[in-house]
Amino acid sequence: MTPERVIATQGLTRRFGALTAVDELDLMVERGEVVGLLGHNGAGKTTTVRLLNGVLAPSAGSARVLGLDPTTDGVALRRRCGVSTETPSVDERLTGRQGLTFFAEVYGVAPARVAARVDELLVTFELSAAADQRVGTYSKGMRQRLTLARALLHEPELLCLDEPSAGLDPVAARAVDERIARLREAGTTVLLCTHNLAQAQALCDRVVVLERGRVVASGAPSALAADLGAGLAVRALLGVAEGHDVAALLTGTEGVEGVGVVTGDPLELRFEARDHASIAATVRALVRAGVEVFAVERQLPSLEDVYFALHRGERRRREPEDAVVGVPESAAAVGEAPESAAAVGEAPESAAAVVGAPESAAAGGEERA
Amino acid sequence: MNLRAIRAIVVKDLTVLRHAKAVLIPLIVVPLVLLLVLPALAAFAPALANVPGAGNLTDVLEGMPEVMQSRLAGFDQDQKVVVLLLTYMFAPLYLILPLMVASVIAADTFAGERERRTLEALLYTPTSDLELLLGKLLAGFLPALAVAWGGFVVYAIVANLAAWPTMGQVFFPTWMWLVLALWVAPAVAAVGLGATVIVSSKVSTFQEAYQIGAAVVLPIVLLVVGQAAGVVVLSTAFVAVLGAVFWVVAVVLLRYGARSFRRGELMARA
Repeated sequence: MTPERVIATQGLTRRFGALTAVDELDLMVERGEVVGLLGHNGAGKTTTVRLLNGVLAPSAGSARVLGLDPTTDGVALRRRCGVSTETPSVDERLTGRQGLTFFAEVYGVAPARVAARVDELLVTFELSAAADQRVGTYSKGMRQRLTLARALLHEPELLCLDEPSAGLDPVAARAVDERIARLREAGTTVLLCTHNLAQAQALCDRVVVLERGRVVASGAPSALAADLGAGLAVRALLGVAEGHDVAALLTGTEGVEGVGVVTGDPLELRFEARDHASIAATVRALVRAGVEVFAVERQLPSLEDVYFALHRGERRRREPEDAVVGVPESAAAVGEAPESAAAVGEAPESAAAVVGAPESAAAGGEERA
Repeated sequence: MNLRAIRAIVVKDLTVLRHAKAVLIPLIVVPLVLLLVLPALAAFAPALANVPGAGNLTDVLEGMPEVMQSRLAGFDQDQKVVVLLLTYMFAPLYLILPLMVASVIAADTFAGERERRTLEALLYTPTSDLELLLGKLLAGFLPALAVAWGGFVVYAIVANLAAWPTMGQVFFPTWMWLVLALWVAPAVAAVGLGATVIVSSKVSTFQEAYQIGAAVVLPIVLLVVGQAAGVVVLSTAFVAVLGAVFWVVAVVLLRYGARSFRRGELMARA
C-alpha cells in the first residue's frame, strides 16, 4: 500500500528582498512520520512552516499539504493543521483557560465539546492548577506547554512544532519531548523544527538539514550517521596487565588506525577499523597478547556529528561563492553558526571527508522516503 | 463567513481590554468629562454670564450668525446660553467619544497584538483575512457604538437635569442630536477604525498607533472652533450631510486599511 503523503513540496522558494529564506525546497512527509527540520537560526525552518500553512505565499514553486494548496486553500488547511510557534504567542492578559477557549472556538471545536476539550488539555499539560491565572504569571515552561496544548486543541492531522523546547530547562524540555513521543505513538504526523540535535535524533523518523534555505541532507538520523562514517569507529573495554602497551600492540595492524587509549580499569581503547574483518583481527591480536576483552562496540557518529560536518562542508562550498557574489551581510549573518556551536561541533576528520557530497546524502534520504 | 470565529475574536479582544489600564483609563475619563462634568457645568453658565465683567457668553450670543439667533429666538437670555452650549457647542465634542473609543481599541487590537507578539498564533488559525479583520473591527466598533449611544442617553438626562432650573422643561434631545447620535457617531467611529487600521500597519506599538491615529480628531476640533467663531452653524440637515461625508471617508479608509491587512504581510512583520 502506498503511504499517504501529507506534505509534498516542489521547488518551494520564498524570498524577502535579496534574501532567499527558502530555496527550492523539495520536501516529502508521509502520514504518521515525525520529520525534523534542522538548521541554524535563519536556515529557513520557520519560513517553511509558514509557507506550508498558507500564511506566507511562496515566491516560486508549489506545495501540497494534506492534499491542499496552502496558497489557495489556507483556511481549510489550517483547520487540519496545528502549529506551535517558536515564541509562545500567548496573550498574557488572558488566563490559560480563556486563551485555550478562544482558540478552540476559532479552530471550530464543537461548541458542546469546547469546555471539556480545554479541561482535557489543561490536565494533559499539567496546567489545571494555573488554568484560571493570567498567562502573564506563567513560567516559560508553562507558556510552552500552553502553546503545545493550543496546537492540539482541534486534534490536527499535521502538527508543526517550531522549536518546542527553546529556552526550556532540561526537565521542562524532557517533558515536551515525552509529549512529542506520545503524539508519535498516536500516529500524528509531526514536522519538528529544531536545532536541538539530541531531540531530533531521539524523536524523528527522518531529518532534513537546511542551510540558508536549501536542503543539504535528508534521511533517517541513523542512516545519515552511517553515511558519514568512512570507517568503523570502535570502542573496546579491556583488562590489561600493568606495563602492557596496547597502543603499541596494534600499531601496524592492517585496517586499523586512529588508535587511542583512555587509561583506567577497565582500560578504554578506541580505534577506527576499515571493515568488520579488521575489528575481528584486532580482537584476535589482543587476545593472543593476553589482553582480556570485556566489550567491543561500534560507535556510530551522532546526528550532531553529521549536522556540523554538513554545515562545515556547506560553508566551505559557499565561501568562494560568497566572496565572488558578495552575499548581503544580513543574509550571511543568518546562516552563520554561533561560535559556541561551532566549537561543540568538531567532527572527526573522516566525517568531514564525507561531507563534500551533500547531494548523495539528500538522495539517500529521498530513497528511504 | 465564519461568524463563530468572528464573535470569538470580538469576545477575546474585549476580554483582553478589561485588563489594559492604558486603554481603559482614557475610555473611562473622557466620557466622564464630556457626558457628566461638561453638561453639569453648563447649568452654571447663565450665572457666569450675569457676573459683571464676565459677560463674554452674552457677547458670544450677540455675535452669533442670524441663523443661530433665529433658532434661539423664543428663549430668554439665560436659556439661550444653556441651549447654545448644550445643544450646539457641545455637539461636536460628543463626536469625540465614538472616535476615541474606536481608535484606542483598534490601536490595541491591531498594533498592540503585534507589540505583544500574539499575532502569529492568530494568523495560523483557520480564519480568512476578512474574518480576522471583521472580528477586530467589530471589537472596536461595538464598544464605540455602546459608548456613543449610552453616552447620548446619559448626556440627555444630565443636560435636562442640570438645566432644569433655567429651562423649566425637557428641551433635549433635539432632532439634530438624534441624527448626530444615530447617523454621525457610527460614521465617526468607522473613520477612527479605518485610520487606526492604516496607521497600525505602519507602526509597531499601541502608543504609536494611538498617537498618530489621534490626528483624525482634527476635523472635529475644526467643527468646534468653526461653530464658536460663527463660521459653522450645526443643523439637522448639516449634520446629516456631515454624517454622509464621514461614511464616505470611513469606507475609503477601511477599504485601504483592509488592503494592508493581508496575512502574508502581517506575518512578515509579526
